[in-house]
Amino acid sequence: MKFLTRWQRPELATWPTFERVSNLREEIDRLFEAPLAEWARSSQLLSGWSPALDVYEDKDNFVVKAELPGMKREEIEVSLQDGGLSISGERKSEEKYEEGEVYRAERFFGKFQRTVTLPTPVAADKVKAQYKDGILTITLPKTEEAKPKQIDVNVS
Amino acid sequence: MKASVEKDSRPARERTVAQEFVSPEVNIFETKDGYVLEAEMPGVSKEGLEITLEGNEITIVGHRHAEPVSGELLLRERRELDYRRVFELDPAIDTGKVSAKIEQGLLTLTLPKSERVKPRKIAVD
Repeated sequence: MKFLTRWQRPELATWPTFERVSNLREEIDRLFEAPLAEWARSSQLLSGWSPALDVYEDKDNFVVKAELPGMKREEIEVSLQDGGLSISGERKSEEKYEEGEVYRAERFFGKFQRTVTLPTPVAADKVKAQYKDGILTITLPKTEEAKPKQIDVNVS
Repeated sequence: MKASVEKDSRPARERTVAQEFVSPEVNIFETKDGYVLEAEMPGVSKEGLEITLEGNEITIVGHRHAEPVSGELLLRERRELDYRRVFELDPAIDTGKVSAKIEQGLLTLTLPKSERVKPRKIAVD
């Protein structure tokens, strides 16, 4: 089970003491509380990796944040198609260390793709993406038609 | 770092007050000159990084500086907690020469071995 969780505590690998047992319990509790999206992501561990996403919505914009540590800007691709936002790319492992002996290999490498379906249309020409400190932030302004409007009704 | 044993070295009292941390994913390589440790800490910049060497242990702490986003959350997979992980060091490491850099949320620690333990060729007269 521990291999399925993204934030497994590494000390669980050793023989559990009392305290560690309680950690394990918390871990299991957390798994059950985790939203469905977590399970979906876990199952993708077999086929590649899948960066964690947060999606926010306010009245003007959608904001998507993706965790993509240790990449280069040019390795990340962001596209919009049929109202869906797609983030893809490939993280390559650094060859310079490959000759050394590997002690731990917990990081994921290879291709990834995440697609988010946006509930309302966005102005494709105004989408902005920023990559900073390993976090990709995409701001997608809603189209004028999609923004909530306040209608003043004159009561006579 | 020989066995890369990790343990929670904080006193029990401190642990119960527990600030919750996430453990960064790491890769560790050994080369003939030393060790290289990479830790994934998205959201952490140079200013948020705290690396402490104490005895034969190195503690890595990363504080996130999350810029608040207004609005309603439609999907939440990220956990915006600080990072923390402790490693036990191989005694062969020259702790005076440990260096660190962080780029796009990836911390790279370089832990060179001290000269006396490096394999060395002896010239024969």
